[in-house]
Amino acid sequence: MFAFLARRLAATIPVLLVVAVLVFLMLRLTPGDPAAVLAGDAASPEQIAQIREGLGLDKSIPEQFGIWFGRMLHGDLGKSYYYKTEVTTLVGQRLEPTLSLTLITIIVAVLVAVPLGVLAAWRFGGWLDRTLMGFSVMGFSVPVFVLAYLLIWGISLKLGWLPVQGYKRIADGLGPWFIHLLLPAITLSVVYIALIARVTRAAVLETLGEDYIRTARAKGLPESKVLMRHALANAAVPIATVIGIGIALLIGGVVVTESVYAIPGLGRLTVDAVLARDFPTIQGVILFFSVIYVVINLLVDLSYVFFDPRIRY
Amino acid sequence: MSPSSLFKRAAAAFLVGAALTAAAPVFAQQTVLRIVPHSNLAVLDPIWTTAYMSRNHGYMIYDTLFGTDEKGVIKPQMVESWTESPDHRLWTFKLRKGLEFHDGKPVMPEDVIASLQRWGKRDAMGSALFQFVQRMDSPAPDTFRIFLGEACGFMLEALGKPSSSVPFIMPKRVADTDPFKQIEEYVGSGPYIFKADEFKPGDKAVYLKNTKYVPRSEAPSGTTGGKRVYVDRVEWNLALRDTQAQVSALQKGEVDIIEAIGFDHYETIKKDDTLQMPKYATYGLQYMARFNHLNKPFDNPKVREAAIAAFNQDAFLRAQVGVKELYKPCGSMFICGTPYGSTAGSDIQMKSNMKKAQDLLKASGYDGTPIVLMKPTDLAAIQKLPDVGAQLLRQAGFKVDLQAMDWQTLVGRRAKKDPIDKGGWHMFMTSWQAFDVWSPIANPTTDTRGEKSTWFGWATDDKLVTLRNQFMRATDEAEKKKLADQMHARMYEIGTHIILGEYDQPMAARKNISGFFVTNGNIYWNLKKN
Repeated sequence: MFAFLARRLAATIPVLLVVAVLVFLMLRLTPGDPAAVLAGDAASPEQIAQIREGLGLDKSIPEQFGIWFGRMLHGDLGKSYYYKTEVTTLVGQRLEPTLSLTLITIIVAVLVAVPLGVLAAWRFGGWLDRTLMGFSVMGFSVPVFVLAYLLIWGISLKLGWLPVQGYKRIADGLGPWFIHLLLPAITLSVVYIALIARVTRAAVLETLGEDYIRTARAKGLPESKVLMRHALANAAVPIATVIGIGIALLIGGVVVTESVYAIPGLGRLTVDAVLARDFPTIQGVILFFSVIYVVINLLVDLSYVFFDPRIRY
Repeated sequence: MSPSSLFKRAAAAFLVGAALTAAAPVFAQQTVLRIVPHSNLAVLDPIWTTAYMSRNHGYMIYDTLFGTDEKGVIKPQMVESWTESPDHRLWTFKLRKGLEFHDGKPVMPEDVIASLQRWGKRDAMGSALFQFVQRMDSPAPDTFRIFLGEACGFMLEALGKPSSSVPFIMPKRVADTDPFKQIEEYVGSGPYIFKADEFKPGDKAVYLKNTKYVPRSEAPSGTTGGKRVYVDRVEWNLALRDTQAQVSALQKGEVDIIEAIGFDHYETIKKDDTLQMPKYATYGLQYMARFNHLNKPFDNPKVREAAIAAFNQDAFLRAQVGVKELYKPCGSMFICGTPYGSTAGSDIQMKSNMKKAQDLLKASGYDGTPIVLMKPTDLAAIQKLPDVGAQLLRQAGFKVDLQAMDWQTLVGRRAKKDPIDKGGWHMFMTSWQAFDVWSPIANPTTDTRGEKSTWFGWATDDKLVTLRNQFMRATDEAEKKKLADQMHARMYEIGTHIILGEYDQPMAARKNISGFFVTNGNIYWNLKKN
């Protein structure tokens, strides 16, 4: 196990290196000038050139890469051109909203989707299965912003139950934190409910055809135990995988949801940084996302051991 | 009690508690004005950048020597009185009593001099003013003097200029910062104090009422008059960018003011009894199309004239704004109705038609070079203009290469003087707040020194340069108006750029907010929240 862990962690180093080089080059080779963004609309070309010099963008690309890479090796992701703040500080500020939204979304999604998937598999081909899968297709199909506007209109404006927008930090109290995240989490969870429910249904359906399920039923076990202890437990590996990918995707950027609900998370930070050509922030955030993806994939792999004791590393 | 019912009760108690906590105002004893600005606030140095958001932040925390009222008249603000020598070369300004920075230190002439020097190195109009300035000094603790090498006719216009970059007054230690580096301390003497510890980029900016601020006695008008603050705290919501969500939040009372609403929401807000759209601008904004004078075929004035003749303002305004009561065609490059507003020479555009444009283009010797017209896809405020422009140019007989890109790519590319095959361009469109373009000096398109010009497009015309220099030196108002008219006619004659009409950008607020006045910008004093 430890050898596996060490191998996997060691494998992340070349991945991150490749990501770092690619992101750096892509940013430098695509059009757009951070200095022009910072200078404002009425700035003269000379003012823009002076700002460019101040940012070190007048240096050659290899020189810029050397400076940035050297700093990165010391754990310094640099300072945002746009906000004049350390990238690590910016990421730190945006991490809590994003992780909070991810957490609640995944909890809502798993609590709803897994039972639905199991039920659909149990009643395969019946009206329940067809209805649930119909809703699942709808969940995939409705654009997030449409759903967000509908929920805001119905739940916030008409019923007045939840706020339209905003984020409250955990330090401001668990109540406000939860209340402000509930609507965005419901909005986001719909697509994950659809995804997890479909995967759960497919996985459970496969296990329901196994010999040990027939044996369990022949032993006279109640159907609920057959489903939960035998079918679902053995179907857990693909479900855990899809949940893991879902978490990584949620952390990596839920831009539309963050924009509509005014949540100052990592997705919004990334988009702002891209629009402002804030190179240090884009590089820092993408590296951070890469680490998150690697770690979550690793955790998903490790979870297989827990769900399926036959798996050994 | 079964575990499941215990769980249900606990969950219900949590939700009720959470809802109550959420409903409780965090600042129960404070009046908080919650504003959704038109954009994100990134740079906190309003001298270093010309971004409107930085300028608006500047107005919150800094004060100015002079201001511009709603009709464009310059009036004193921090200055109590001033004199001008008969030869117009010595200006003496006396500061009014009670001016104090947020750190408790009095505003001294040394602070003013350092602030003006820094501004003069960054702002185009400031730089023009400092061509005349020989030296500045402080003969008394409340007085400063500006000595000029020769008479200059825009001293007050420059010191009271209302838009980017505004000569805000900062403490000397801050103003001594290299003008090409951003300041790192945000201490002003204005009506609000910036809460640096609560500033979260992309999330919120917070300002507290400056209880020690002594407002002028006059009624507020534009950037002049008494800056009275009736709220304890102003919060700028920088995270709420989605325009539909902004309106929903306003309707629910989660925010008090939306600085700039989308035209699509105009009718919805108009019909809502709980909301208002206060009139805050006399002159609004101006759409503009800018030629690149360096690249063929727009290096040819005849070709530019054909394009000007083709650009019917009504077509642009209908497509981009759509709400008839919010726009008006206007032939003045210096904004209709302002002190220098003029229509001299505008017949080329305002009394033209497509047939004339086609004839002009045929006579110009246009060789069929495709016009590279840059279209920003992510800026709703102007993104329809290039589509209309491309169509009108095609109708006139131009070939058009309409290139879509995001705004930041566009602002990077427009700085390039390169030929088209090396990433250059022919035309882009933008919009200006009226008071950025109503002065013949501040208007960046009046600078026609070719590649030395301070704005993109690099028009060359010696006659206009001469007229502009004469305007800068003119001290008689009638003579200035005459020169402004001549400049205006010349700008049309050589085709510096094309104006595409004027419009109002509506602001929306809840009905319980009162005290709005004509600011011609985004200014938040004098407002009451009931």
